[in-house]
This record gives sequence, structure tokens and C-alpha cells, in this order.
Amino acid sequence: MIKNIPVPGIEEYEKGFWEAALESKLVVQHCHDCDQPRFPPRPMCPQCHCLEYTWNQVSGEGEIWSFVVPRPPLLPVFEEISPYAVGLVSIKEYPLIRMIGRLKFNNEQKEDNFEEIIIGSEVQVSFQKISEEICLPYWVMG
Amino acid sequence: MLKDSTAIVGIGQTEFAKRLEESELELACRAINNALEDAGIEAKEVDALGSFTFEENDEFEVARNLGFGELHFWSQAPYGGGASCCAIGQVALSIASGISEVGVVWRARKRGDPKSRMWSHTEDKVDDHWKWSRPSGLVRPADESSMLMRRYMHQYGYTREDLSFVATTLRKYANKNSVAYMHEKELTQEDYMNARMISDPLCLYDNCLESDGAIAVVLVSSKRAEKLDNKPALIHSFSQGMSSEHQLMTDYHGKDPLKSSSYVTAENLWKLSDYSPQDVDVAQIYDAFSPMIPFSLEAYGFCGEGKALEFISEGGIAENGEIPVNTSGGSLSEVYLHGMNLVVEGVRQIRGVSTSQIANAKVALVTTCDATPNGAILFKGE
Repeated sequence: MIKNIPVPGIEEYEKGFWEAALESKLVVQHCHDCDQPRFPPRPMCPQCHCLEYTWNQVSGEGEIWSFVVPRPPLLPVFEEISPYAVGLVSIKEYPLIRMIGRLKFNNEQKEDNFEEIIIGSEVQVSFQKISEEICLPYWVMG
Repeated sequence: MLKDSTAIVGIGQTEFAKRLEESELELACRAINNALEDAGIEAKEVDALGSFTFEENDEFEVARNLGFGELHFWSQAPYGGGASCCAIGQVALSIASGISEVGVVWRARKRGDPKSRMWSHTEDKVDDHWKWSRPSGLVRPADESSMLMRRYMHQYGYTREDLSFVATTLRKYANKNSVAYMHEKELTQEDYMNARMISDPLCLYDNCLESDGAIAVVLVSSKRAEKLDNKPALIHSFSQGMSSEHQLMTDYHGKDPLKSSSYVTAENLWKLSDYSPQDVDVAQIYDAFSPMIPFSLEAYGFCGEGKALEFISEGGIAENGEIPVNTSGGSLSEVYLHGMNLVVEGVRQIRGVSTSQIANAKVALVTTCDATPNGAILFKGE
């Protein structure tokens, strides 16, 4: 099994997301013509079939839709830090856009208090650099 | 065109175990041979094949080992646990439309060795859609399924105790089925509550088995079936379903991740059928993870929204319940073979030979994976 965090490959139509992430900005892909937001990023707008798109920055605020606490057996890099929480987070501006990311407490002393994680509570995006090209979004709880 | 015009007339399987010594090819050949013997049909008559894109055995390898004749049709269905009914339905369509006459569908898999866990082969760079989840530590199908169950518990006020009845009910069926992997092991609610967590809120017993084995079925037209000895399991209706944002193996980006492709499949299945959920005598519901059973019960219309765990905890899927589910033990307690064991158990119920036989079972539902694009078949006995 791989020893490190797996790194996402970057397609042409995903570049905007990862370039913004390198600057600690969360962006959402929008259709250039009809302005429909979409996630995960893709080349074509499912509403009007336009192949051009823009990247619009969002506030980085979200709401926990659900979460899990994985336990072994896991990839070694995650087994080392297990237990940890991973959430599915609804973006504030576009609640139907949901992104996956680690959930971390603002206060490090709470680290393993998973009982305190509440579905529906608000979170703020932050970024962790895992390679030259990738800053991975994660979510900080209040 | 398809309704009641084809039938499963042969079923065959190997032993089910943590480790079988034979190759996947040998297992496939043995299961298919058993299914043909059960049907009373010569191998040289087979002219259609159906399998899974996840199947390692090529059609031509299977064909030249079993001595099949000249083939007229073959197809593979994608999405692992979503595939079994799709592979069977596609072969049934080829028979119903006159392209072929005798079809075989099989699945052979050595999944007992922990090294065969698909997620454990995640590479340094993730190029498929899992790039949006695996780097964050949501790596395994169990994690993906658990995410939905926690939301469901939150939305409808359920706990792990409520979910425990899925695993304990299926284990009771397996305890009556001598070929089930877990035949001799009882499972109490206390065992369940004390089990180690795999992806909280899912524990060990919410996960399917890791097992080796193979299963095959033989299909012919219902006209041909009349001349054979076995009571045919007629394919009354068949449907596939993919909701608009569904991916392998979650619907996180759809409108409501708790209402996935099963709703699409179910709606079309009932539309194509003479029956409604109340007419179904027994159901075999895909269960790689226990949450898929309550989710599917709601999707196929056996329970109202948010009611399934209450229904299950009150004995709704047990042998004397309203709709007995996974009567051979399912993937949680009989064998994990991408749901092919559910298909042959559906056929056994129609034949009247299950180890947990439901009296006068005439209509049996078989579904595939709620967490992937999927399909379902409604079997009918004469």
C-alpha cells in the first residue's frame, strides 16, 4: 500500500480550483454562458452544453451535511492519524454543492471529541499543502 | 417484449469460504457447469454470456473451458455491486429479442484475502472521481456508505441499536443455511454493540464478508423452460437506474444523497410490472453494507421515508415479517459475490427450496447496490 497521502491528478478543467486553493481560496466552477454552478468540475455545462467556464470565489463557509470517523484497516498514512473525522460539507452559497474534507476543531485540545461534532453546524474552509501543486481543503469547526 | 418471456432455469455455485485454493477461472467453470447440470442443458447449446466489468475471467476463456458453441451475444455490466441484475437483464433481452437462445451469467471472485481489497490499491496519484474524496481520508466504500447512514440516523432519530437488527436478522437466516460462510456463528445484539468500529457509525458486522466463491445462472426463453424439469423463475420485469449525478459509489452530488439510483430503478421496475410492492412475497436486497437494506426498502416502496429502521427493528424483514429479506444470509452472512447469491436465492424461493422458504412465494424481488448506478429484477413463479 502507498505510504503517503494520495494526491489528486489535475485535469485541464480542474486547474482553476487547485490554482485558487494554492492561494487559500475556495472557488466554484460556473458556466460561462448560463452561470450554472457545478461540482465536481467538468468540461461541459449540463444545463446549456457550453464548454467555457469561470471560477467564482465563495466565502469558504459551509455546513456539515454528515461525517464519519474511519478506523483501521486504512491506508498507512490515515491509519497513523486514525481516528479522525471526515465530513461532507454543503457550501453556504450553493447548498446543493457538497465537498468532502477533513473536519478539524479550532481548539486542538478537543481533537478526539467526535461526540461534539454536530450535523448542521457551521464550518470554515482552510487548506493543507500536500504537494507542490495541491493544497487540500479541510473544514474547521467553531 | 421482455415481460415473462425469459426465465432462469439453472443455478450453480461453488463452496463459499475465506480461502479456496482454485483460481477464479476454475471457480467460474465449476459454478457454470453446476448451473448447466441443474438446468439439464448441454454446454454446447450456450450462445450468450453476461458478466461484470469487474470480472477477471474473459468470455473466451470461460467459453473454451466449458466447450460452449458459437456465441451470438455477450455483454458486461459495470459498477460491481450494481451489476448482477443488469448483466442478467441484458442477456434476457438478447434471448427475448431472438439474438440468442441459451444464456449464462456468472461471477467468480477471490475476495477473501485482505490484499484483494480494492481501496488498498489506491495509487499515489488519483485520476478518477475519487480524487475528490480519497486524499481527505474518505478511502473505503465502508466510509462512503457510513456517511449516508449517519445522516439518515440524524434526520430520522435512529441509533446503532436500530441498525443492529439488519445484521442480526440476516445472521439468523445464515444460521439455517448450511452453505453460508457464517452458518455456525450466532450474532447477538450484544455482539453487535460491542463490535469494533470500521467507519463510525458502521461497525464490523455492518460490512459484507471477505470471501471466495463463484455463482452462475442459466437463462432460456419461457417457452423452452416449459420443457425443462426445474420450475422456472420467470423474469417478470427488469430495470436499470442511474440518477443524474450518481457516481461510484455515492450520490453525494445529487439533489438528495439519500435518494439515489434505486429510486430510478424502482419507479421503472414497477411501471413495467403487473405487481406493486404489496404483492412481493420475498426480497433479496443488495447488502455490501447494512445501510443499503433500509435505504432500498424505502426506494422500492416497502416503507415510508425514514421508516425503514423502525420497520426492520420490529421484525419486518425476518422470516415471519411483512417482507422477508436476504433469506440465505445475504452478503453480510452468506457470501460476498457482488450480489449473485441474492439472485440464486430469489430463484430458490420461487422454486420453493430455500433453507428459509417463504410459503407459496410467487413474486420475488432482487435488487443491486443502492450506492451505485444499479438494476433490479422481479421474478415470478407460475
